[in-house]
Amino acid sequence: MISLKINGKPYTLDLPEDMPVLWVLRDELGLTGTKFGCGIAQCGACTVHIDGVPVRSCVTPLSVAEGTEITTLEGVSETAAGQALLKVWAEDDVMQCGYCQSGQIMAATALLMENPAPTDADIDMAMDGNICRCATYTRIRAGIKRAAGLSPADTREA
Amino acid sequence: MTEVMMSRRLFLSSATLAGGGLLLGFGATAKEAQAASANMTQYVAISSTGKVTIRAKNPEIGQGIKTSLPMIVAEEMDIDWTQVEVVTAPVNEKLYGGQIAGGSTSIPTNYEPMRRAGAAVRLMLLQAAAVKLSAPVEALQVISGVVHHKASGKQAHYGELAQAASKLTVPDPASVTLKDPKDFKIIGTAQGGVDSAKVLKGEPIFGIDTAIPGMKHAIFRKPPVFGAKFLSGNLDAIRALPGVTQVFVLKGTGNIQGLQDGVAIVADKWWQAKTAGDQLEVQWDEAIGKGHDTETYRTQADTLLKGTGDSLQSKGTAADVLANAATVVSARYEVPFIPHLALEPQNCTARASAEHIEIWAPTQAPGWGIRLLAKELNVPEDKITVHMTRVGGGFGRRLENDYMIEAAAISQKAGVPIKLLWTREDDLAYDFFRPGNLHDLKAAIDDQGRLAAYTAHGVTYGRDGKPSAGANISPHAFTSGVVEHFELRQSVIETTIPTGYLRAPSSNALAFVHECFLDEIAHALKKDPLTYRLELVNAQLASGAPQSPEGRNPYDFRRIKEILETLRTRSGWADFKASDGIGLGVATYFSHRGYFAEVAKVKVAPDGTWRVLKVWAVGDVGSVIINPFGAYNQVEGSIIDGIGQLKQCITFENGRAVQTNLHEVPLMRMSDTPKIDTHFILSDNPPTGLGEPALPPVLPAVCNAIFAATGVRIRTLPIEESLLARPS
Repeated sequence: MISLKINGKPYTLDLPEDMPVLWVLRDELGLTGTKFGCGIAQCGACTVHIDGVPVRSCVTPLSVAEGTEITTLEGVSETAAGQALLKVWAEDDVMQCGYCQSGQIMAATALLMENPAPTDADIDMAMDGNICRCATYTRIRAGIKRAAGLSPADTREA
Repeated sequence: MTEVMMSRRLFLSSATLAGGGLLLGFGATAKEAQAASANMTQYVAISSTGKVTIRAKNPEIGQGIKTSLPMIVAEEMDIDWTQVEVVTAPVNEKLYGGQIAGGSTSIPTNYEPMRRAGAAVRLMLLQAAAVKLSAPVEALQVISGVVHHKASGKQAHYGELAQAASKLTVPDPASVTLKDPKDFKIIGTAQGGVDSAKVLKGEPIFGIDTAIPGMKHAIFRKPPVFGAKFLSGNLDAIRALPGVTQVFVLKGTGNIQGLQDGVAIVADKWWQAKTAGDQLEVQWDEAIGKGHDTETYRTQADTLLKGTGDSLQSKGTAADVLANAATVVSARYEVPFIPHLALEPQNCTARASAEHIEIWAPTQAPGWGIRLLAKELNVPEDKITVHMTRVGGGFGRRLENDYMIEAAAISQKAGVPIKLLWTREDDLAYDFFRPGNLHDLKAAIDDQGRLAAYTAHGVTYGRDGKPSAGANISPHAFTSGVVEHFELRQSVIETTIPTGYLRAPSSNALAFVHECFLDEIAHALKKDPLTYRLELVNAQLASGAPQSPEGRNPYDFRRIKEILETLRTRSGWADFKASDGIGLGVATYFSHRGYFAEVAKVKVAPDGTWRVLKVWAVGDVGSVIINPFGAYNQVEGSIIDGIGQLKQCITFENGRAVQTNLHEVPLMRMSDTPKIDTHFILSDNPPTGLGEPALPPVLPAVCNAIFAATGVRIRTLPIEESLLARPS
C-alpha cells in the first residue's frame, strides 16, 4: 500500500511498488494529462512535480512517491505560476499538436516557482529536457517570460 | 506525396434539424450530398437559437486545420468566430472528399469549397430573411449572424431563419457570390486552436487517451529485423505473468504496410503487457535482413554511381556540353535514413470481430486506413468505422496505418476491445524511414562564366527496381529551370527497410543536395550566392520562358525573385560582415505549391560545435494567411525541424535499425532553437498549405552558412562536427 496525495487529494494505492508513476496516473487514476513519450526520461512529456520538484514520471517508481504530494497538469492551475502559464499558453496559442505541452507547462511551472524572473539561459537550462517535436520553442520561451511578467524578447546572441 | 491539385465540385443539400434548424450536408456528388443530410451527417448546422456547429473534416495533427477550415466557412457565412462550435467530422470520404493530413494539401484543396459552402448557407439564410422581413435579398445586410434591413430597421438572427432556410432549394455552390477578400473579418485574424483549452486541461482527446468499455491493453512485439518470421517463443511463460490475459502469434500478410509477424500480449493494464513483453523471448527467422547494412548500401551506391542509371528527365545535350566545358564543378552529396519520431507513440484502439471493425486512431489518413483494414482483414469497407482522434504529431508517419491493422487483428483474435500502444522503441524500430540517397552532381561552366549544363545521378532505395515510398528523386525545379542542358538519372538499391513520407518528402533531402551544390557553383564563379541566384532568375525571366507551366512541378520564377529580393533586404545580407566563425547562408525551395527563401546565420565554435543563431524566412503561399497563429507556428516548426534533420541518422545492420530510442537520435531542444524572422508575401495566387514548404530550404541555408563561416563544405549528413573544428 502506497499513500500519497495527487493534486491535493489523498490516495492509498494497492499497486506494485515498481510501477512507474506515469502509468499509475494514466491507467489507474485516469489522469490523462500526463503523457507517455519515450519511457527513458529523454523527452519530458511525462513531467510531473513531486513535492514541487519536476520529475520524469515514466522512470519514477511509485515507491518513490510514498508520502509525497504529486502535482500534474490537472492540478497545476492551483499554483500561481501554473495558472499564469496556462493563461499565456491559451492567449498566445503556443501549441501545435499539444502532446508535449503538459510536460512543458510542468517544467516551466517548476522553473518559475524556483526562479520568478528567469533569463534566457535559465530557460534553456530548465526546459532542455522537454522535447517539443513540433518545435514550438519560440513561443514556449516567450510564454514563460510573459507569464513571469518579463519582456518576451529573446535576448540571446543572434 | 504527389502534388496533384484536386479540384472538385461541391454539392450541397439541406435538411431541417430537430427543433427547427438548418442542416447542410455536402458531398462530391449531389446524391451524396442528399445522403449526407438524410443521414444527419451534417456539415454546417444552425440551431434555432443561432448556435453554429461546423464539422472539421481533416485530421488535426498540430497543423491547425481543425481551426482554419471552419474559419473559412464561418467567414463566408458572416458570423462571428465566437458563435462557432467546431466538432470533428466522421470519417466518410464519400461525403467529405479526401480526409487526409498530408502533402500540405488541406488548404489548397478545401479553401474554395469551404468558402462556397459558407456562402451557400448565407444565401439560403438571406432568402429566408427576405420572406420574413418582406425585403429583397439585395437590400439585406448581415452583421455577426444577424440579417438587417436598413430601410425598415427590421432584423432577424440566423437561428430564427434556420428552419425556413432549411426548406429552400440549396443553391449551386458554383454560382454563389464570394466575399471580396478585403472584407474578410475572420480569415487573416489570429485564432487559437479550437481544442487548445481541452489540451491544457489534460482532457482525453489524443489517441493514446482513448478508453472504451471492456477494453484491454495490448502490445505487439515484432521482430527487430524487418520482414523476419516467427519461429518459436516462451509464450506459455508469458501467459502466467500478472495481469496477462492472452498471448498469441499473428502471422504477417506479406504487405509491408500491413500486418507483420508478431506476438500480441493482452493484459488488464498496459504496464503489465509491457513488463510481460520485456520477458518475452522469441526466435525469429531473420534471414531476410542479411546484407541489409548501411555499409553494404554505401558500397552498392559507389558501384551504381559508376554506371549510368536510368534517365528520369533530360533536356538539351548535357553530356556533350559537360565534355566540352571550360570548367566542370562536381561533387557527391549524401543524406542518411532518418526517423519521424512523433511524440505520441503509435497507438490505436479497436473493437473488432470477423464482421465489424471500429477504430479510434491518431492517423493522418483515416480513409486509407479503412481501405487497408478491408484488404488486410477481409472485412467490407462499409462495416468499418474509423474515429479520428487528435494526433500527437504526424510528420508523415501516420500516413501509414500499420498500427490500425495490428489493433484490429488483435481485437478480432482476443475477442475483446483493445488499446494497442507501442513503446518508443517499437516506434523507432518500426518506422517507415525517410530513405537516404546519394547524388553525383556535375555543372558545366562555359567560357563566358555561365552555367551551361547540370547533371545529377541519384541513388535511392526501393523494391523491384522502383523507388519505394518517399524515395523519389524528382528534379530540382530551380536548377532544371535556369539551365539549358539538364539531365537527371536514377539508380535504385533494393532494400527490405520500410520507407515512407517524412514532412516535405523528397524535398527535405533534395533541397540540401541541390541548393548546397548551387552554392558551390556560385563560389566557383566567385559570385555572391544570393546575387548569383538572382542573376539566374533574371536571366530565366528575360529568356521569355513560360512561367507556371502545367505539370507536376509548375514553377514561377517571378515568385522566387520576389521572395529572394525581399529576403535580401530583411536579412541584411548585403551589409553583413563575416566575423570569426559566423556566416550567412541562403537557399530557396519550392515544394507543396509554396515558395520559400531562407537565410541562416550560423556560429561555429573552434571545437566544431555549431548553432544556428537566426533564420530569416520569406514565403509566398498565396493571397491570404488564413490563421496567422497557425501559419507562423508552422514556419517556425518547419525551420527548427529542418535544422534537426541535419543532426539525425539511422543506420542498419542486417536489416534492423541500430538506434533504439531518443538517447541515440538527437531531436531539437530549447537551447538549439534560433531566432526566426518570418515574412509572407501575399501574391495573387490561391492560398496553399504550410505544413511543409518552409522546411526544405533551411537545411542548405545552414550548411551554406557553415561554409561561409569556416570554408568547410558539408556534403554528407548528418553534419560531422569534427570536420568543422579549427586550430586555435
